[in-house]
Amino acid sequence: MSAVLAKANADAESATARAWAVLEQVPDPEVPVVSVCDLGIVRDVAVQGQGVAVVLTPTYSGCPATEVIAQSVHDALAGAGFDPVTVSTRRAPAWTTDWISDAGRRKLRAYGIAPPSGNAAVHDDGPRPIRIHARGVDCPRCGSSQTEKLSAFGSTACKALYRCLACREPFEYFKPI
Amino acid sequence: MNMAVVTETLQLRLTPPVRYVLRWADTALIHAQRLAEWCGHGPVLEEDIALTNMALDLVGQARGLLTLAGQLEAQGRATPFDEDALAFWRDERDYLNLTLVEQPMRRSSAHSPGGDFADTVLRNLLLASWFKQGWKGLLTSSDAELAAVAAKALKEARYHQQHAADWVVRLGDGSDESQQRMRAALLRAWPYTAEMFVDDAVDTAAAASGLGPARSALRAAWLAEVGQVLDEATLALPADPQSVSTGTQGVHSEHMGFILAEMQSLQRRFPGGVW
Repeated sequence: MSAVLAKANADAESATARAWAVLEQVPDPEVPVVSVCDLGIVRDVAVQGQGVAVVLTPTYSGCPATEVIAQSVHDALAGAGFDPVTVSTRRAPAWTTDWISDAGRRKLRAYGIAPPSGNAAVHDDGPRPIRIHARGVDCPRCGSSQTEKLSAFGSTACKALYRCLACREPFEYFKPI
Repeated sequence: MNMAVVTETLQLRLTPPVRYVLRWADTALIHAQRLAEWCGHGPVLEEDIALTNMALDLVGQARGLLTLAGQLEAQGRATPFDEDALAFWRDERDYLNLTLVEQPMRRSSAHSPGGDFADTVLRNLLLASWFKQGWKGLLTSSDAELAAVAAKALKEARYHQQHAADWVVRLGDGSDESQQRMRAALLRAWPYTAEMFVDDAVDTAAAASGLGPARSALRAAWLAEVGQVLDEATLALPADPQSVSTGTQGVHSEHMGFILAEMQSLQRRFPGGVW
């Protein structure tokens, strides 16, 4: 490889790393303690020249934060000097909570939101008309496994409402999907 | 993509593939519109949030499908109609949702006489189970975008179905009053389920081309799952419907006009208005 090409590759690599570092600082608007990278919704970052193209995968079909996230990603990268910045959406493969990083899970728990328990692989199927939740969800505050589901739907599309029977505190659970 | 602001009723070329996609889109959208009537009126706060969360998922699914329907409709034309144009500038006859989703599901909303929470949870079960089978069939659609919407929506439909099943069992196998209301709701909804599984030329063409499953293909799995829940809820399966409703042909019940009036009036008064 010629020296010029090698330098160009190294520049692109460092620019890509820089773009990822910028994205690590872009918070999720609903759960600002985790970044869009922690959530696993940044699927691709491609640097070309001075510009960068980012591919995002939305969490839920109707997540109202989707447009805000795309705009924040755009603004953060433009603010860091990338030009042009393009942000596109990729639906397939569908986002899964399995893509939330270990760091993201730790941050969620510290914030008081129980991270998804186990992986999202679905053992289909059919409705289970019994009010027993098969997965153990530990209280993010006291760590007790004595918890109960109050509602499968919470303050945002991605969370369920739980209550800890030990410390009596309510908490949110990032439900596996 | 920049879209021209639409200011009059769309003239659409409703080819079989466009009709096929619109049926899924419109059923999701109108069901969402009905569920949204519960916003601020849920029997308990958690349920208020749950019903509107589900509405949000359905609107999201409808958005993806309407965008796709617009692209399919535009073949050969430069600018496709976008999701908003299709939602707000189609008249009743060009809406192709199941008649079931138009029916009132809540008491005391101005244009929804009759119906109560039992209708809501029962309808959620019937529809989430139907959508779930539909999305499964669409995972292998010849249209990659349709398959992608379905893959996401399938995960959401599972949650909706589970939630609805919990309620149907709780109320069906509950007090005398709740069981009586669930029975009445089941008898009201059941005649409209025939339309979920009757094929026409649009279904046949979709199945033949690989675009997606014909409605008749969804019935066996749907009935197995719904039957299991009704059984657990001590609710007897009603007799097969004697007639087939026609919303998917664009011929709607008397409720549809009121729904569209509420949903569309703002965009028609202020075309292109955003906030």
